[in-house]
Amino acid sequence: MRMTRVFCLQIWAILWKDIRYELRSKQTWLGMGMFALLVLVIFNFTFDLHPDTVAAIAPGALWVAFIFASLLGLGRTVAAEREQTSLDRLLLTPVDRKAIYLAKLLGNLLFIGVVEIVALPVFAILFNLPIWQGSTLLTLILIVILGALGIASVGTLFSVLAAATQARELLLPILVFPLVVPVVISAVRATSVVLVPSVNEPPWLSLLLAFDVIFLSASTLLFQYVIED
Amino acid sequence: MSKLADQGSLLPANTESADVQAIEVHNLKKSYAFKPVLRNLSLTLPHGQRMALLGANGTGKTTLLRILVGLSKAGSGTVAINGWDSRYALQEIRQSIGFVAHQPYLYEELTVLENLLFFGQLYAVPRARERAMVLLERVGMARRVNERVRALSRGQVQRVAWARALLHQPSLLLLDEPETGLDQDGSVLIDTLLAEYAAHGGSILFTTHQLERALALSDQVVIINGGKVVYQHETVDLTLTDLRQTYQGIYGGKQV
Repeated sequence: MRMTRVFCLQIWAILWKDIRYELRSKQTWLGMGMFALLVLVIFNFTFDLHPDTVAAIAPGALWVAFIFASLLGLGRTVAAEREQTSLDRLLLTPVDRKAIYLAKLLGNLLFIGVVEIVALPVFAILFNLPIWQGSTLLTLILIVILGALGIASVGTLFSVLAAATQARELLLPILVFPLVVPVVISAVRATSVVLVPSVNEPPWLSLLLAFDVIFLSASTLLFQYVIED
Repeated sequence: MSKLADQGSLLPANTESADVQAIEVHNLKKSYAFKPVLRNLSLTLPHGQRMALLGANGTGKTTLLRILVGLSKAGSGTVAINGWDSRYALQEIRQSIGFVAHQPYLYEELTVLENLLFFGQLYAVPRARERAMVLLERVGMARRVNERVRALSRGQVQRVAWARALLHQPSLLLLDEPETGLDQDGSVLIDTLLAEYAAHGGSILFTTHQLERALALSDQVVIINGGKVVYQHETVDLTLTDLRQTYQGIYGGKQV
């Protein structure tokens, strides 16, 4: 019982430190948010949107914006620690490595989640989509959270690996993109089904959840081997 | 002992048994990119003793310290800290070590006090705020607790780093050139803290390039060359001239 309490307190301490740090430095949130909005605007300009094509294009545009913005943030959070050698300081402490992973994951999830929730209304306006009707908005938010969890769970693990290299900005997408393809496909298809209900579709939301569970479990177990020298 | 004095004590929280060696290293090897840095290095630091580690740059001093604190893994050989084998009890080892290095290992965007409270939570320090305040008073930083670390000078940051290293009352201090960045007052302050820490039974291993400091602050000096111990002697019957001659003999007259 005491171990669980200490574990939770350690997660909270690291998470709160990251939130406070980000609120002061404003390096990650602003960059991610601006990037996501710019991608949505560019997609809006470059495609010739008609009522019959918008439902096919919009989910892809939304998730391209989200995944690139997420990678921008994922690269920054751990890289900022590495640059100041503070990750070493974290590793010197008797903190369970799983606690470090979960705290970093929750931080990333929070940063990505906030950016996505802010970008969602902009997306709806730019693509003229009726996401406010019925349970559409709630389902969309659920998909966004599950998609962000899938990206963040893999991304947090590999951002530690990439941060230890010179070419971290390049390496992180190369490592993460192939692995999160199942999450992205599920998220795009689930979003598409919400926007234009169709029959005979696989249960994309359940698949997304399953991928999240697999990635989260594997990443939590692997993190301590990745983070140690 | 009063509550305040207890909070300010440098006495290790769990004083180890005198039979247990503070550091026991046997046949340690470590290579980076196939280049050997440590070659069969063996070293023992008895509990409550102070040891100065001397050697030119690139001889493996920092690598040894990184292995001792658990930041690097040994290629082969064994490491035991306060009786704990580093292969099986790294968390216990981490709890018992305070580490000061060239880098302060602090968060620049957080204030001095926030940094110490953060690390206090990670080390599960009871009454961390009181302990932090007393330590900051000791290192002369009590008036700057609410300033962000990035606003401090190099020497002030190093003082906070010292408070951070002593926060959890470690029984072993590992110091990588601890005088780095400190002015004359800072050096005197740190020497006083070290003397008090040692007097309370704490063990200290520190690296330095200053032979005078090594002789004054340690019970024994060790010289490393080529990744292994080439000289070890107690300071009680060692003069600075002898030490300088030995050092120059090993490093071919290299200036210290």
